[in-house]
Amino acid sequence: MVFDTEGTKNGRMGRGIAGGVLTGRLGWTLGSFLALLVVWWVAAELLNSRVFPGPLTVAATIVSEAASGELGYHVGITLARVAVSFFIAMLVGSAIGIALGRARRADQFFDTWLIFFLNLPALVTIILCYVWFGLTEVAAILAVVLNKIPNVAVTVREGARSLSRDLEEMAQIYQFGWWKTLRHVTLPQLAPFFAAAARSGLALVWKIVLVVELLGRSNGVGHQLNIAFQMFDVSMILAYAIAFIVVVQIIETGVLQPIEARVNQWRR
Amino acid sequence: MAPVDRPLHVHIVEKNFAAVGQRAELPVLRNIDLSIERGSFVSITGPSGCGKSTLLNIIAGLDKDFTGAVDSGESELRLSYMFQTPRLLPWRTVEENIRLVLPDGESSDERVRELIERVGLSDAATAYPERLSVGMQRRAALARAFVVEPDLLLMDEPFVSLDDPTAEALRQLLIELWSRRPTTVLFVTHDRFEAVMLGTRLIRVDGRPATVVQNTPINLTVAQRRDRETVLAERRRVFQET
Repeated sequence: MVFDTEGTKNGRMGRGIAGGVLTGRLGWTLGSFLALLVVWWVAAELLNSRVFPGPLTVAATIVSEAASGELGYHVGITLARVAVSFFIAMLVGSAIGIALGRARRADQFFDTWLIFFLNLPALVTIILCYVWFGLTEVAAILAVVLNKIPNVAVTVREGARSLSRDLEEMAQIYQFGWWKTLRHVTLPQLAPFFAAAARSGLALVWKIVLVVELLGRSNGVGHQLNIAFQMFDVSMILAYAIAFIVVVQIIETGVLQPIEARVNQWRR
Repeated sequence: MAPVDRPLHVHIVEKNFAAVGQRAELPVLRNIDLSIERGSFVSITGPSGCGKSTLLNIIAGLDKDFTGAVDSGESELRLSYMFQTPRLLPWRTVEENIRLVLPDGESSDERVRELIERVGLSDAATAYPERLSVGMQRRAALARAFVVEPDLLLMDEPFVSLDDPTAEALRQLLIELWSRRPTTVLFVTHDRFEAVMLGTRLIRVDGRPATVVQNTPINLTVAQRRDRETVLAERRRVFQET
């Protein structure tokens, strides 16, 4: 029985065009990156100041720090803190967001709380956590998590509010049960909101982790920055900053983007 | 499952739409009392907006805000509902959509594949719904409705807004699926021809609030349903058209 002629058009999406765009974009990125390096190098040469080292000096610092193992150790510690607090915040924040998006009464009640925590300066949370729980690892992670949860909750709540009633009824008719509904109906609808929360979340979390480390930890990139600050070692500061930017970018393109592409493959 | 001959019984004393803002409560359905025989194919027609979809939603258990009772006549009712829009999960393939409605532990690969083949979607089984035409999406929804082997199948204008040949092909497909595995069907449509061609009984609802104004058997054999003239003649009889 054939009455749709447009049957098998799926699959052959414009691959050729995508390839061209990719090389073009890569070229631009590389070009602009080199331009930035040149501008930096020229400025450093002109200023010729100890507190504004050029790219070569910073590169040398990165190499020596990496060789001594210091760089790897502190970046690793910081990454571990980022990872732990990121996952806890995503989990708790998502749960709160879904709950508030589904229950209007609870949403009305807790909205004020959310606004309060959203506007609470990160520094205040960090100081309070250290004051109340001491200069401990738990206090450090807790401070980051508390800063991040409201952002995740607000983003995911938006998604939970716009869940399709049509699909929910379908799931009810075919007796999906809560687990099947969550896995096949609810979570896929929330996926774009998780992605948005994860993206903005990662950027926020790693910045807050540095502050937490600077104020109350004896290792991690934040702690190293603190020491470099006390010694006015700008080359060291830039070395750690650049190393961290590279790591974050690798996570972004190597982990987050592939996941997003996979989750979105059904879109036309 | 042992065959049970108790009919499906629908009794609606009244159903109102709740007041919204300035608008007062709106009465939709009144005094509906229906006994529907097992295995009959009931076409329900009436002017658009008169509450046909609401009636189906009440029978489906999606709408519980009414006075009255629905007795399915069975302790455990297997229900299928084909909505006006296909309501497929866009992030699951056609095959996954059909497989998903089966209860856990009842993964009948063969039945899924057979139904996909019967609705003519074998080539599109691994495609995502949004990449398919609306006609193909409806065929997938039809396969999904039949794969659970329902005791009661509710259909709410499932072929509306399709072009004629596509709708006609889907009707033939529905007759074929239904005659292979007879089940109780409630089929809402505003298309009189469709109502007569598919149904073994016609129920007409009308009025505001709506109630049942006609309940007549349709006397056509499966073969006769394929013949346009015979269906038209029966339509004139049933609807008392001149």
